[in-house]
Amino acid sequence: MQTIASQTLIDIHKLNLYYGTFHALKNVTMDIPQKAITAFIGPSGCGKSTLLRTLNRMNDMIPNTRIEGKITIGGADIYSKEVDVETLRKKVGMVFQQPNPFPKSIYDNVAYGPRLHGIRSKQKLDEIVETSLRSAVLWDEVKDYLKRSALSLSGGQQQRLCIARAIAVNPDVLLMDEATSALDPISTLKIEELAQELKDKYTIVMVTHNMHQAARVSNQTVFFLNGEVVEFSDTEKLFSNPRDQRTEDYISGRFG
Amino acid sequence: MSAGKTTADHPFAARKSLNQFNNKLFTTVVWVVGICTVIFIIALLFLILEKGLPKLDWGFLYGEPSEIEEGGGVGPLLFNSFYVLIISLLISIPLGMASGIYLAEFAPANKFIGFIRICVEGLASVPSIIFGLFGIVLFVESLDMGLTILGAAVSLAFLNLPVLTRVTEEAIRAVPQEMKSASFALGSTHLQTIRRVLIPVALNGIITGICLVAGRAFGESAVIILTGGVTSSGVMWDFNPLSPGATLAVHLWYVQSEAIVPDAQLIAEKSAAVLVFIVLLINIVFRVPLWINSRKMR
Repeated sequence: MQTIASQTLIDIHKLNLYYGTFHALKNVTMDIPQKAITAFIGPSGCGKSTLLRTLNRMNDMIPNTRIEGKITIGGADIYSKEVDVETLRKKVGMVFQQPNPFPKSIYDNVAYGPRLHGIRSKQKLDEIVETSLRSAVLWDEVKDYLKRSALSLSGGQQQRLCIARAIAVNPDVLLMDEATSALDPISTLKIEELAQELKDKYTIVMVTHNMHQAARVSNQTVFFLNGEVVEFSDTEKLFSNPRDQRTEDYISGRFG
Repeated sequence: MSAGKTTADHPFAARKSLNQFNNKLFTTVVWVVGICTVIFIIALLFLILEKGLPKLDWGFLYGEPSEIEEGGGVGPLLFNSFYVLIISLLISIPLGMASGIYLAEFAPANKFIGFIRICVEGLASVPSIIFGLFGIVLFVESLDMGLTILGAAVSLAFLNLPVLTRVTEEAIRAVPQEMKSASFALGSTHLQTIRRVLIPVALNGIITGICLVAGRAFGESAVIILTGGVTSSGVMWDFNPLSPGATLAVHLWYVQSEAIVPDAQLIAEKSAAVLVFIVLLINIVFRVPLWINSRKMR
C-alpha cells in the first residue's frame, strides 16, 4: 500500500466554501495522488461530500455557493474561466449514494455518456458498452439482457451499472459519494473489490461514512471535522497510529 | 391450543376495537363509492353510444350537412373538428411545453415567477367563453378575418396553453433529482439533460396532459361558436384555414337548438356518439405507445 510517493493528480489549495453565510469548508489543502484510492471520512455534515462535489463542480448547481482558493487537476485550474464544466465532468466521473440508473435499457444507460459526447457508430458503442460493463464486473451477469430495463437489476447491480456508465466516458478520476451506503454487505464487498481493481486505471476519491470501508480499501484517508481537514495520511498509519487526538476519538468510536 | 378453544382465546385473534370497525367501514365505503362511480360512467357512455352508434353509417360520417332536408351528414364538421384540433395542438404543444420547461428548469425562484405561476393556474380555470370573446376581439374585430378555422384553432390553443404549461412543469419537476444529477455528472449540457432524460421520463405526465387538452379541444363549443361560427364550408376536404370553422361539437349544439331539419334529434344522437367515441379513441391512440414503452421498461 505504499503510494504516498506517487504523483499528485488533484491539488487542493486553501479552499474555502460557503453556502450562503455557512462556512462549509475551511482552508482545505491537500494533494490527492493519482491511481490510488483516497477516502474521506468524518461525521455527517463535516464537509466531505461537499469537497467531493467541488471536484467535478456539481456544487455549481447549488445556489448561493461561494468558493475561494484553488483546485487543480493534472495542473489545470478547474475553476478558471475558460473551463467548460461538461468537459471537466467527462474527465471526473461520479457515482452517487443511491444507485440512479436512467429508466432506460442497460445498454442505453452505459451508452448514454458516449452518445452525449458524439459517438454514434453502433460498433463503437457496442465496444464501449462491453468494455465498461466488463470493467465494472457486470458483463457476465447482464450480457444476455442488455435490452432489459436497468431498473430490473438489483441494487448492487444497479450501482455497478452506474460505475460502468461513469467509466464509459473514459474519465481520469472517479468520485464515489457513499456509493455503498444503500447496499447490502455482499454488494458492498463487490463494489469494494471493484474499486481495488479500478484504481490501477483511475484515481478514485471516495466519501464513506463507514470507517472500516476506508480502512479496507483506501490507500490514503482524510479525516474531516466541521469543514476542516484534521488529518491526512496513509490509511494504515491513520488507523493504527493517528497523530491527532480527535482522529483517535473518532476512529475508536467515541463520537460520530 | 386445542381445536375446541374459541378464537377469542388466541393471543392474535382479531379484536373488535373501534379502529378495526372504522377500517372496515372505510374500506366498504370506498368500495361502494368506487363501484357506483364506475357504473355511472359506464352507464353514461352506454346511453350515449347505444342511441347513436347503431344508426351510424358512412353516409352520415362522410356526408354533407343539410339545412332543410332530412338525412344530412356531418362530414365537413367532423373534418373541421380534426383540422381545428390539429392546428391548435401544433400551436399549443410546443408553446406549452416550452413554457412548462422554462418554469420548471430555468425560471429563478422569485416573487415575480411565483406571480406568473399563479396567473397560469388562474388562466387554466378561466371559463372557455372568455377565450372565445378574446378570439372575437382579436380575429373577428381587430384582424377582420371573420369566423374562421384558423381563428378557432388559435383561440383553442390559447385556451389549452395554461393547462399544458402547468402539466409539463409538474411532470418535469416530478423527475427525481438523482437522475438529473446522474446526467450532469456524465458531462451533459442542460439541453441534453432536458432532451434525453427529463422529457422522456416526464413523457407519461405530459402525454396525459395532451390527452386531456385534446379531448377538451375536440369537445369544446363555446370558443368555436364565437370564433369559428356555426357553419362549415359544407364541402369535404376543405383545407383552407379561412373557411368557416364549425366543428362537430358546435353542430351538436346547433341542430339541437337552432336548426330546422326534421331529423335534428337523430343527428344530435349520432353526433354525440361520434364525439364520445373519438375522444375515447384519441386517449387510447396516445396511450398505446406509452403503455408499450412502460412494459418494456419494467
